[in-house]
Parts: sequence; structure tokens; C-alpha cells
Amino acid sequence: MSTITKVKARPLFDPQIFRRACVDALRKLHPRHQIRNPVMFVVFVGAILTLGLFAHALGGQGEASPGFILAISLWLWFTVLFANFAEAMAEGRGKAQAETLKRSRRTAFAKVLADQDYVPGQGKPSASLQNGRIRPYNSDDLRKGMLVLVEAGDSIPLDGEVVEGVASVDESAVTGESAPVIRESGGDRSAVTGGTRVLSDWLIIRITSNPGESFIDRMIALVEGAARQKTPNEIALNILLAAMTIIFLLAVATLLPFSLFTVSTLGRGAVITITVLVALLVCLIPTTIGGLLSAIGIAGMDRMIQANVIATSGRAVEAAGDVDTLLLDKTGTITLGNREAVELIPADGVRIEELADAAQLSSLADETPEGRSIVVLAKNKYGLRGRDLHSLGPAGTGSSPVFVPFSAQTRMSGVDFDGVQIRKGAADAIQRFVESRGGAFPAAVRTDVEAIATQGGTPLVVATTRAGGPAYVLGVIRLKDIVKGGIRERFAQLRQMGIKTIMITGDNPLTAASIAAEAGVDDFLAEATPEAKLKLIRANQAGGRLVAMCGDGTNDAPALAQADVAVAMNTGTQAAKEAGNMVDLDSNPTKLIEVVEIGKQLLITRGALTTFSIANDVSKYFAIIPAAFVGTYPALAALNIMRLATPQSAILSAVIFNALIIVLLIPLALRGVHYKPARASKLLARNLLIYGLGGLLVPFAGIKLIDLLLVALRLT
Amino acid sequence: MSSAALLQVGLYLAALLLLVKPLGSYMARVCEGRTGGVLRPLRAVEQAVYRLCRVNPAQEMHWKQYAVAMLVFNALGFVVLYVLQRVQGWLPLNPARLGPVSPDSAFNTAVSFVTNTNWQGYGGESTMSYLTQMLGLTVQNFVSAGSGMAVLVALVRGFVRRQAASIGSFWVDLTRSTVYILLPLSVALALVLVSQGVVQTLRPYVRVPLLQATADPNGAVVTEQTIAVGPAASQIAIKQLGTNGGGFFGVNSAHPFENPTPLSNFLEMLAILLIPAALCYTFGKMVKDTRQGWVLLAAMTIVFVAALAFCWRSETQVLPAVAALGVDARTTAAQPGGNMEGKEVRFGLANSVLWATATTAASNGSVNSMHDSYMPLGGLVPMVMMQLGEVIFGGVGSGLYGMLIFVVITVFIAGLMVGRTPEYLGKKIESFEMKMASIAVLVPCLCVLVGTAVAVMTPSIGASLSNPLPHGFSQVLYAFSSASNNNGSAFAGFGANTPTMNLLLGMVMLLGRFWVKIPVLALAGALAAKKHVPVSAGTLSTHTPLFIVLLIGVVLIVGALTFIPALALGPIAEHVELAAAK
Repeated sequence: MSTITKVKARPLFDPQIFRRACVDALRKLHPRHQIRNPVMFVVFVGAILTLGLFAHALGGQGEASPGFILAISLWLWFTVLFANFAEAMAEGRGKAQAETLKRSRRTAFAKVLADQDYVPGQGKPSASLQNGRIRPYNSDDLRKGMLVLVEAGDSIPLDGEVVEGVASVDESAVTGESAPVIRESGGDRSAVTGGTRVLSDWLIIRITSNPGESFIDRMIALVEGAARQKTPNEIALNILLAAMTIIFLLAVATLLPFSLFTVSTLGRGAVITITVLVALLVCLIPTTIGGLLSAIGIAGMDRMIQANVIATSGRAVEAAGDVDTLLLDKTGTITLGNREAVELIPADGVRIEELADAAQLSSLADETPEGRSIVVLAKNKYGLRGRDLHSLGPAGTGSSPVFVPFSAQTRMSGVDFDGVQIRKGAADAIQRFVESRGGAFPAAVRTDVEAIATQGGTPLVVATTRAGGPAYVLGVIRLKDIVKGGIRERFAQLRQMGIKTIMITGDNPLTAASIAAEAGVDDFLAEATPEAKLKLIRANQAGGRLVAMCGDGTNDAPALAQADVAVAMNTGTQAAKEAGNMVDLDSNPTKLIEVVEIGKQLLITRGALTTFSIANDVSKYFAIIPAAFVGTYPALAALNIMRLATPQSAILSAVIFNALIIVLLIPLALRGVHYKPARASKLLARNLLIYGLGGLLVPFAGIKLIDLLLVALRLT
Repeated sequence: MSSAALLQVGLYLAALLLLVKPLGSYMARVCEGRTGGVLRPLRAVEQAVYRLCRVNPAQEMHWKQYAVAMLVFNALGFVVLYVLQRVQGWLPLNPARLGPVSPDSAFNTAVSFVTNTNWQGYGGESTMSYLTQMLGLTVQNFVSAGSGMAVLVALVRGFVRRQAASIGSFWVDLTRSTVYILLPLSVALALVLVSQGVVQTLRPYVRVPLLQATADPNGAVVTEQTIAVGPAASQIAIKQLGTNGGGFFGVNSAHPFENPTPLSNFLEMLAILLIPAALCYTFGKMVKDTRQGWVLLAAMTIVFVAALAFCWRSETQVLPAVAALGVDARTTAAQPGGNMEGKEVRFGLANSVLWATATTAASNGSVNSMHDSYMPLGGLVPMVMMQLGEVIFGGVGSGLYGMLIFVVITVFIAGLMVGRTPEYLGKKIESFEMKMASIAVLVPCLCVLVGTAVAVMTPSIGASLSNPLPHGFSQVLYAFSSASNNNGSAFAGFGANTPTMNLLLGMVMLLGRFWVKIPVLALAGALAAKKHVPVSAGTLSTHTPLFIVLLIGVVLIVGALTFIPALALGPIAEHVELAAAK
């Protein structure tokens, strides 16, 4: 059911990204970078320190054999490199995704209007480079507010807003959707994205961002280390990790005086070496989560991008996991855009079969979903077989039936045959049709029409002409919204996750209530105005809830700005995109649910690896403590429950395990832990079992295995 | 475990848990200020205190003001107690003519009683006058417990209040917990103890002729003995109830005048855990969800029972090396069995082990047996109970606020695992809360480890140790675990009354007390200012058995893992050596 699986995942080990990550891992050894991560900085210092001890030991007076110190030092360097590598991999994958978006945006020259005071409404300026009314600009030199002309075949240089013209635009570079979209001035389809291409016609656009500031640029910056800000939960987790690091630093540092005291008092054994202390420290501090923390954060952004959602901040991705109220637009999210015929109401004196027959006839050639649903209704409910349009015309009369398609002028559709005109359409259009042909529009039908409308259905009136007589009304077809398949289950799932769904609709309360009940949303806002939406969001937030919504219109902007997670549709206006903190390139309102799931997955991954990392410590004690003090108290060998070969191999095995586990967990950090919507208690029990208990047990096996290998390879 | 012993432990736990609800709801009533009805006489006392001190009880405090009030009050308490000890020789109620306490010992004792540690580097009957005991030590027994309870109440208000700037008034919380809770309970307990034969008198020490003359080390004949007495019952009641633990006499509750009968022993043990356990229910009541309180009590009880069983097992198990010395540890009609060194035959193994575990689980520190003489692993239990940060019941108020700090950390780790910003009782746990929780956990650990490290590096350390290593090291580690976590019990053989040790231990007591209290108050302030997040199915429920397991896991891993290296050089090394010896 989860849609995350639908997002096509980038293969984990793209060789190109892999190679670049290897180089970046080395580059990230710079202390300026290391200091950003307190846990790994401690490892970094430990690695340098042990390297120094190795150099000292080479002189022959080291605290331990140079080979042992070097081995520890090398594995500490690996630990640092592996953590760097994890971060670089996550960055690489994010960048790769961004590159595909960026690729379309080659530096092109843009046609800037010489007349920057151009007033819209003049039609296409007779502008060309020759007559000097257009000046060529390198797109990098464009600035916010400039007016640019784009014609068929041109690329749109930067994000902007259409001020004049209508054109079809190929946005496949950004959305992956091959069908071109229409962009026009005014309304909610006026925003254009830099890097997309105009296929036909022309547009004058006002540039809305400076080069390097468009949302793709912002997204690229987010996955790159430099601009990446730590998110609130990440900061809190970092504090916990730093505190644990300090505690273990103390526990290990004080071992030196303890050991000195013990050895000098007892006069036997050797004082614990600095190398072993560093090894113990690195094993105890939470390096697994510390090393993978930033990779997890970047990978979260990555997954958003793979879902074709661009977040403008990491904070927004994280907040998505916390959302507990979803505002969903009815149309497109909960219901399909189309409606379905559910009932036929005949006019006075008309048999229902007659109405059904006429309704079916008028719809036979109507390929719209509404038309087809009328045919189906007539067939299922009134036993009328679907007929072939061509069989209607009685042979020899010469008047084969003519289908009259819907047009914006008449706002009716229907069929002419045998001299009879059957029409269906909106009440007022049919009224005009009937009255123009000598008929009258019955008051009872008017009442039916109004009743259907107030209940949120769409009334379609059917009328016909009579040979020689006036036209008359046959009755009304009730159309209603079709709730999307599976959406009910989806909402049930959300409810399980503790997320409340609120349907937003312009419909009246009655209709809204019936659709809400059918779709299984928790609540609805009927006759929604932008102000009412804003009020609803504020009321929910005042109750301590975190609200997510999506929107596309300029009038959505205030609500988008107020919501905690606001997904703007890519087809939406620039104002909506500026107000939101995410942009959905597919312009699919259902995406909101996915966004929430990705946010949750990000947090769970962090929590799971933290638990794993902390639980690991137990086994490491059993490896290192007996090894470290067996010289002083030989009986401590009883604690060596893993039966590790020698003190040196025990310590080395723990350090190696500690480094390798980071590499092994990189795929998990990049992909995120498996997430299935469920109640919090279930999620906790499951994750605790895997990462808590697993974290307790796995290292026992791992350390023992490495120890066996070291012995087999005679490395100790 | 023999059936008689099991029965005693069962009876103890049953009595304790049965009292949790009545006392807990009473305390909740008091803390919330619902002091009408039968409490009216006590309210008159409360109001009189406010009038006398010119305190406006309606004036609420911001957390910083609350912290300042608490610090100023404790600082004054310290000064008074220090001066009192130094000038006791010139003051009345000093029948034994005891001179001034030495400056370093007076400093240590003043700090110790103000911080609810009640570490005693001195022997009570040979150092402190009646006046010092009554006006100094007993008063601090009340108010140090009261101030711990006040900080807890402030923290609970942080969870309860929504978008509030204040967390209550320190003066009110302190007064209420003393007047309505500590005083009445102590009076009742003191009277019962007196009925059992605990001394309560202002008369001088009694001189009695010996039945049989004996000789002192110099060979002089001794025919007379001085028996120390004094106003003991009044101090012992609060020392048990207020998790203070500072005995009237040097050997604490092993002394027949402090703890004469099985009933007095039972009641004194019950008093150790009574208030800390009942406060869990108070907490649940105040946050309007008693399940939250029961969960904390369950976690505490489980760890307590496990520790008790482990300690019991270590004390009954006779290692071959010990048996080889001819120690008869069998349980017979004539002896209770197990390792009886350092234990009162009057109490036997069960009551000694139970007391030892309870007194270190709570930050009480009173003893009825000498922990120093326990088997290595038996002695490890009290040590670990303290190192956990005194959160298994813990001190009055301080135990529960310490546990709540662990809850915050648990919720943070677990909360992430359900995919949300962690929240507890509707309050989001964010970076500031984590910072404060980290400081509160970090500082006591730091005090224990650094304190022990500095102590073992002082050249004079050898003089304080009464045993060779590794037990000698355990003595130092125990002392600093006890002082840093404000417990006060000791491995009795450790000579702590030296200027260096007095100073060092005094410092860690101060740090360990106030650098937990201040971050807890900051946490309370930050939480009170937050909005309340409504509970949904996506919220991590903190009242489930799973949460209990998780909380215990975090307490053990964060609390205990830190000390494993140090313990390996102390009790663990001692045990494996002993076990390996033939």
C-alpha cells in the first residue's frame, strides 16, 4: 500500500557516485569539516594521537608494539573515512538527482525586452533582435523583475511568472512528465520554471528569481554540505550524542589514574596504554549513529527528490514526520475530477424509461467519463442495452444520427436523428433550448435541479424536441463525485498513524458531509474560502497540532505560509510556491501523504541507528575490559566470554567491528529503515526488537568473527 | 532464599506498595494547594510561616527566580549549620562538652546535610552537641528533603502547565511539603520509634559500671562505661523519611538505641522508600494520568527487586576461597546463614540486604549493616544503585525528578523510532530539553569519576584505605559514588575524615546536587512555556509495559555502562580474584 515503494530508487551503488564519494571522503578529512560532528571529531583526534604514538613506538620506546598501534590507528582512520564516505554518498546521490534537473538549464541567452516598462495587454511585441527592442542577455546576468520574451523553441531562462501570452511548455526536464502543459498569464497556471522549454506560441515572463536562487538551486544547496543547516531534531540528537561522548570520555580518561593507582599500589601488571584507552573510547562513543547522522538527513532530502518533491529546507522534511493534521483538497485528492451519474429523475408526465432512453441516446457518442456513466446507469438500472449509434438511423431514411458534441457556447451535448433533437446540459442552457423551441421549463424540474445542486451533486437536464411540437423537458440526471479507489483504506491507515484528515471543499456542508463519510475523512471544511482555510489551520495549530496542506492558487498563499508543511503544486502560481516549503513537481495533491511518510521514515532511521549504536556498547565492554586489565588482574579473563584469542586481537576486533558496521549500515542510512504505517506502539515494538535487541547481539557475533579471522590470518 | 526471608521481603514490598496510593494522593492534594477540610489546622501553620517570613504565597516565580530562591535558601542553611558546628562549645545543650568541629569536617557536614546527602565523616555521639543535632542537622533533614520535593513539584508543573511563564513559588512548595508531609509523618514515626525503645532525651550521656572490669590498650583498668544517649528518635524519624540517612550515632541504624526491635527495623526500612515511592503516584495524579505514575513506580520496583535478588545471592553464596577459611555460612536454627560479617545478628541476612538495597536505591544512606564487609558483588549492588543516579526511588523529590530526566532521554530515543519529534505528556522534547537533561545526567557521572580519579592520585590516599586493592579502590569509588549522588552511605572502613577528603567530597556533593537541580528547573521552565500536543495514535504511549522495559534499559545503559570500567578495577576484579582463588 505504501507509495514509497513506487518511487523508483536510484541504484545504491552507482559507480560514478561511488568514485566521487571516495575522493570526497578524503577531502572531508579537513579539520574544519570534522569539527562539525563532535562524535567523529573525537575519533579523528584519536586517529591522529595513535598515529603519533606509532611514530614514537618506532623509536623503540613505545607503550606497545608499533604494529599493534599502527593497526589501531589505521582502523580509526578508516572509521573516520567511512563516516565521511557515507555523507559523501548521500550528497552524491542528491547531487546526481539535482544534476538531471540542472542539465536542462544550460547557460543560454535570453531575450530581454528593451522596454522594461512594457504594459501587458498589447499582444506580442513586434520585437526582434534587429529592431533593437530586444536585447540579448546571458541568462546568468538576468535579474529579478526583468521581462523576457520566450518563443517556441526557446528555453525559459529562470523561474518566472507569465505576464502575457499562452504557450505550451515542455516541463519534462523538471517533472519527468512528457505531456506538455499550458502556461498562461493570470490565474493559477502562470508560473514557469527555469530550464523548461516553450514548444509553441510565445510568452512574456517576469523573472522572479536571480540566477542561483531558483528553487532547484536551493535544493542543490541543501544536499551539498555547505548550505546544509542542521534540523531541530538533528540538533537535539547531536546534543545527546555529544553528552554521551563526554560521559564516555570521562569514563575512559579516568581509567588512566585508576590504572596508575592500581598498578603502583599492587606492584604488578602494566598501566593501561593510551592506545587501548583511545580504542576503548572510540568503541564506546556512539560512532555508528554519529558517523551516519548527516548521511541520514541528506538521504531524507534525497528521497523527497525521488518522490519528485523539492523541499526548500531540511526542517520541512523533518516537520513532515510530525504532521498530525492533513488538509486535503477534495477534488483531485479525495475524488476524481470527474463525476458519475447515479440517478434519473423524470419530469412530470414523463415515464422514467423514456427519460432513460433519451439520456442514453444523447450520451452514446459522449466519450467523457460522465457520458459513459450515464450509458452504464441506463443499462444497469433501466435495462437498456447500450446501442450502437450507427444502428439507430433507420435504413433508408437517410438521416443517420448526428452527434452534437459539447461546446462552450451551447454548453449542451446531444444527438440529432430522425428529426428529433435530444439535448442534455446545464439547467439554464436547456431552458434556453426548450424556450427557443416553443417549450416551457417546468417549475418542478427547476426544484429538482436546485435540490441536487444543494446536495452537492451536479444536475444535468435532458430535453427533446417532438416532431412538429414544442420541445419539452424529460427530466434530470444526478451526477455525483467519485471517491478515489483505495482512498478510504489510506485514510484509515493515516488514522492509525495518528494523523487526522480534513477535507477542504467549496461544496456546501451537506455534500461535503456525504463525500466525507464516503471517503472516511475525519472532518471537513465546506464552502471553504481562503480565509476559512487560514482560520482552520490556526485553530489546529493553537491546539498544538502540526498542519500540512497543499495548494496551488495565489489565494492559497496565506494558508500555505501558515501551515507547518506546505506543498505547493509545480503548476501553481509563483506566490504559492514562495509561500510553501515544498514544491511537488508532479502537482499531485495525494503526494502529501507520501511526504509525511518520508518525514517519518527519516526520524525512525535516526532513532533506530541511535538505539543500535548505544546497544552495541555492551558487547564491546566484554571485548575490551578483560583485555585491558588482564595484566593487572589475571582473573578478569573470566569476563572474556567471547573467548577472544589475545588481548590485542580482542581490542583490534572491537575497533574493526566498530568501523565496518558504519560501512554495512550505509545502505540502511541511504534507503531509510523499512517503514510501514502502523500505530506508534507497534512501530516501537518492531524497531526495538530489530535495532535494540539486534544491536545488543550482533556485535558479539561480529567481534568474534573478526577475531577468528585475525587469528586465521596470523595478524595478531 | 529461605521462606522466612521471602516472607519478610514480600511483606515489605506489599506494605510499601499499599501505602503508595493513599499517601500519593494526599501529597498531590497538598502540592496542588487543596488544603481545606481536616488540613485546616496545618494551614494555619502554613499561613503563619508566610506571615512571619513576609512571603506572598500568590506570587509565582519564573524558573530562574525559583532557582535563585532555592540556592539562596540552601546557602543560608549552609552558613547557619557551619557556624553552629564551629561554636557549639559555647552554646547550651552540650552535656558531653564537645568542642568545635574542625573547619574541614564542619564544611563537609554542612554541605552534606544541606544537599540531602548526609554523608558523615564524623561519629555523631563524639562530635555533635545536642543543639547541633537538633537545630542544625534535624532542621536540614527537613528542609533539604523539602527543597528536593519543591523542585520536583516545579518540574511536574512544567508538564502540566501550558504556555505559562511561571512554575510556582519555591517558598510555598517548600513550606507545604515540610508542614503537611514531612512534619506530620515524622512526628508519627518518632512516637512509634520511642515506643519501641529508641532514645529521646536531653539528659547527658549515662555512665554505668561495667559488670566485669576490663583493660584499655595502655593496660589501665576500666570499670566504667559511658553510654551515649540524646534526642535520637526525633532525628531518626526524619532521617529515614527524608532520605537523609545521617544517623544520630556513628553506626547509624545498626545501633540498638536507633533501631532496637524488629518492628522499628521494619518501619525504618519502610520509611526509606515510602515518600519516594508515593511521589510517583502524586506525579500521576498531578499530570491527570495516574498510569504515568504507576509506570515509573513499576520500573523502579523491578530494578529494585532485581538488585535485591542479586545482592541476596552474592551474600548467601559462599565462594570456595571463603569456605576454605572455615567460615560456616550454613543456615541453621542458631544462625541466619550467609556472609554475616558486618551484619547485625539481630537483623540477619534478609533485613540487612533489604536495607542495604533500599538505602542506596533511595538516596538515604542510613545503614543497619556495614556495606564494606559485603561480598564483592554484594557490595557492588549498593554502589551501582547509587551510580544509576539515585533514580530507583531515589531521594525525596530528587529521585523522581532524576527518573523524569531519564524518561525524557528515553522518550527522545524511542520517540524518534515511531517517526515523530519526541514528546512526553504532550510536551515536545527538543534541543533545549535535551541539553538540560544531558547536563543533569552528566554532572553526577563527572563527579564520581573525576572525584575518584583525583582522590586516588592524592599522595595521602593510602592513609584512608583500610584494605588492600582491589577492595581499597572500591572504598574510594563507593565514597565518591555516594557523595556525588547525594546518598551518604559509606564503605565504613574508608577514612574520609581527612581535610583533603572532606573538601573533595564536599565539592562533589554540592555539584551533584545543584547541577542537577538547576537544569531540572530550567527544564521545568522550558516545558511550562510549551504548547500541549494532543495525544493521537501516532504518539508514543508512555504507560505501556514496553515503555517500562525501555526506560529500564536506558537507565541501565546510560547510568551503569559509564561505570563498568571503574567497577572492573574494584568489585568485579575482587570477585573474579576471589572466585579464582582456591
